[in-house]
Amino acid sequence: MEAKSKKAGGSRLCCLCNLRRPVLKRPKTLQQICRECFYEVFEEEIHQVIVQNRLFKSGERVAIGASGGKDSTVLAYVLSELNRRHNYGLDLFLLSIDEGITGYRDDSLETVKRNEVQYGLPLQIVSYKDLYGWTMDEIVKMIGLKNNCTFCGVFRRQALDRGAALLKVDKLVTGHNADDIAETVLLNILRGDIARLSRCTSITTGEDGPIPRCKPFKYTYEKEIVMYAYFKKLDYFSTECIYSPNAYRGFAREFIKDLERLRPRAILDIIKSGEDFRIATTTKMPEQGTCERCGYISSQKWCKACVLLEGLNRGLPKMGIGRPRGVNGDHRKETKKLASAAKSIESKQCGSLDF
Amino acid sequence: MACNSSGCESGGCYDREKENGSKIVEDAVVGVCVKCKCNEPKTFGDGGSDDGKFCAECFRNNVFGKFRLAVTSHAMITPSDNVLVAFSGGSSSRVALQFVHELQIKALKNYEASRDRSLPVFGVGVAFVDETAAFPALSMETIDAIDWIRSTVSNFSPPAKDLHVVPIESVFGSDSLDPRDRLVKLLDSVPDDTGKEDLLLHLKMLSLQKVAFENGYNRLVVGSCTSRIASHVLTATVKGRGYSLSADIQHVDARWNVPIVLPLRDCVRQEITRLCLLDGLKTVELACRSQSGINDLVSSFVALLQEENPSRECTIVRTAAKLTPFYFNKIPETDDSNVPMATQRRLKRFNLKYDGSMTTEAFCPICNGPKNRSDSSELDTFDESQESDALYAACCSSCRFQILPEDGSSLEQFGSFLPDHMISQVKHQKVHSQNDLREKIKDCLLLDDEEAV
Ligand SMILES: [Zn+2]
Ligand SMILES: [Zn+2]
Ligand SMILES: [Zn+2]
Ligand SMILES: [Zn+2]
Ligand SMILES: [Zn+2]
Repeated sequence: MEAKSKKAGGSRLCCLCNLRRPVLKRPKTLQQICRECFYEVFEEEIHQVIVQNRLFKSGERVAIGASGGKDSTVLAYVLSELNRRHNYGLDLFLLSIDEGITGYRDDSLETVKRNEVQYGLPLQIVSYKDLYGWTMDEIVKMIGLKNNCTFCGVFRRQALDRGAALLKVDKLVTGHNADDIAETVLLNILRGDIARLSRCTSITTGEDGPIPRCKPFKYTYEKEIVMYAYFKKLDYFSTECIYSPNAYRGFAREFIKDLERLRPRAILDIIKSGEDFRIATTTKMPEQGTCERCGYISSQKWCKACVLLEGLNRGLPKMGIGRPRGVNGDHRKETKKLASAAKSIESKQCGSLDF
Repeated sequence: MACNSSGCESGGCYDREKENGSKIVEDAVVGVCVKCKCNEPKTFGDGGSDDGKFCAECFRNNVFGKFRLAVTSHAMITPSDNVLVAFSGGSSSRVALQFVHELQIKALKNYEASRDRSLPVFGVGVAFVDETAAFPALSMETIDAIDWIRSTVSNFSPPAKDLHVVPIESVFGSDSLDPRDRLVKLLDSVPDDTGKEDLLLHLKMLSLQKVAFENGYNRLVVGSCTSRIASHVLTATVKGRGYSLSADIQHVDARWNVPIVLPLRDCVRQEITRLCLLDGLKTVELACRSQSGINDLVSSFVALLQEENPSRECTIVRTAAKLTPFYFNKIPETDDSNVPMATQRRLKRFNLKYDGSMTTEAFCPICNGPKNRSDSSELDTFDESQESDALYAACCSSCRFQILPEDGSSLEQFGSFLPDHMISQVKHQKVHSQNDLREKIKDCLLLDDEEAV
């Protein structure tokens, strides 16, 4: 691939169609190509991923986790386009979560509402208040800024699933891209989480649960998503989560950007490594039951959200964060795991509030 | 809080002690070693979290203990062995050499003390790979380094150790016409800087294997420490080598002619550095070539993580250690009764799980990494009668990308520069697979030889 790009360096024409002037250097391959060819390879790659991995069946009701951010906006646009073009036969709609963060969601929800009109996709909004009885602002008021990321991660992770269950969908798709997955692989190595390492590269997860989730952007580079949104002039909203002061994950993100600069293929190579790691099937995942309180999948008596909610409702907001106390408290180890699991989720979602 | 800890050096404590009129130790260290509770703790001043907690002796015993546990629990060195220590002059391999020497001295003492003298003392040799051919600019430094290594090795107390200085170009064999030139041409035909670095590393290992084999050694000791292995875990991941990674990071790697053992796998660099300081072990680092590739980027990333959390390296290696090892990640079973019962028992205790269904059939001829099925499946699309195609098909996807030249004609030339050993592996790959298949089912075969097939 690199060879081609080097040769293309001197030429005046797009190295794919040989007709038009190249306007961009494709981040994934460094090929100099024209806008039309970029759209085509970008969309076609995603189509191939969908077909080869049999992500959907005709007639399925599919929710697109929509945050108004670039990943989910481009995903909504491309999916509705491919659904039309290749007759997937999917019943697509946008699913948005309103966390109740003043100033943040107001703007991004406006963006999603515009997308609803622009792409002709129906929109459903489910709020934290609906799901949990608390808005994020109320939670922060209660616990202060320090521990909020535990809540951010746990609540947001479950919110989409809960919203999807509420709306009786067959599948949930999210905009996690190749950079996100590569980052997750690295973070799981850094924190020694072999169980998560073994499944974080799966394109579909939760197949045994009520609603499978899949990631059509698994091999799509973040830069190309930005580029696509830029050239297509897609309307998206971009901001950092105002409640995310974490720094740790920043190292891994920065490292991946440096790697990409040196060797674009490295992102795909990390994902390949993640897929190829020899992990014994027995270590894969702890057995999962359901939460006694809400029925959500959980390896504990109560799921993480219920533990956190119990704390909030009883006025002990630190419950479930770090030190074990309360309902799962007798399982010392497990509760610790909870905290670390929450941390692993915060990785992407807190940074950009993007699904 | 810090004021209660024995190793507190902060000015606050110091002053308070003074005011109290208590006796002040010269370097302001208070308290005793947390292990033996009697000796004075040693302060290295390197910012380590356990600095100033242990006395010199306890610190040393701890590091040596980790080394010895690795050696005994994996049967790395047994009395009948002849061990070659790969010595670069750096601190890790210097400590490895020192520890192996101490083990040998102990074995000698036991031998002399025992009545029946049933257990022989294992032999030790030292090998240094001279890379001048690849780095002509370092030729003067290398000459000095070799002189220094020679005197270091000859200064060890008996039993005497042979030193083998191995020019890297010796991988091409003695009948190669101009091996230096061939090496330069080989390296020059690799377009990627990181690929070039890695190829050189593979060649270095091959030359160590060669010298070990030709001189009758049956173990190759490599001094890789935890920190080094942590970097390897990340570089391998980043290069898409996730499948073969678990082969590289085990205590024992017997995919080679002469099995490689890593007795310092559980010691971090800081411990190694401290030990050199403590024992006055001198080291020589040949001026490192400017690295600008993936390997260097990973090193600085690991350094950054280490700063944020001093146990990060250990966590990384622990994660990788949870991956399933390969069938060759143990000393091949021999029915020789030389392995003492105690060791056999210990081996059982540390029994690693081997997943029989995961064994591989083929190795990459360049990096000797086991290949994943997804790498092998691409093989069908090539015409194997074409030699360059066969080479391409035989390589792992990582080597294909970063080491093999891109176009066909330079690939052919590249193949002609490669050591014959690597090329012959391409040709015999099919035979190898047969042997590996046999290995998998051998417990069910009734005859020992191929004729049964
Ligand atoms: Zn074009
Ligand atoms: Zn957050
Ligand atoms: Zn629950
Ligand atoms: Zn002591
Ligand atoms: Zn290879």
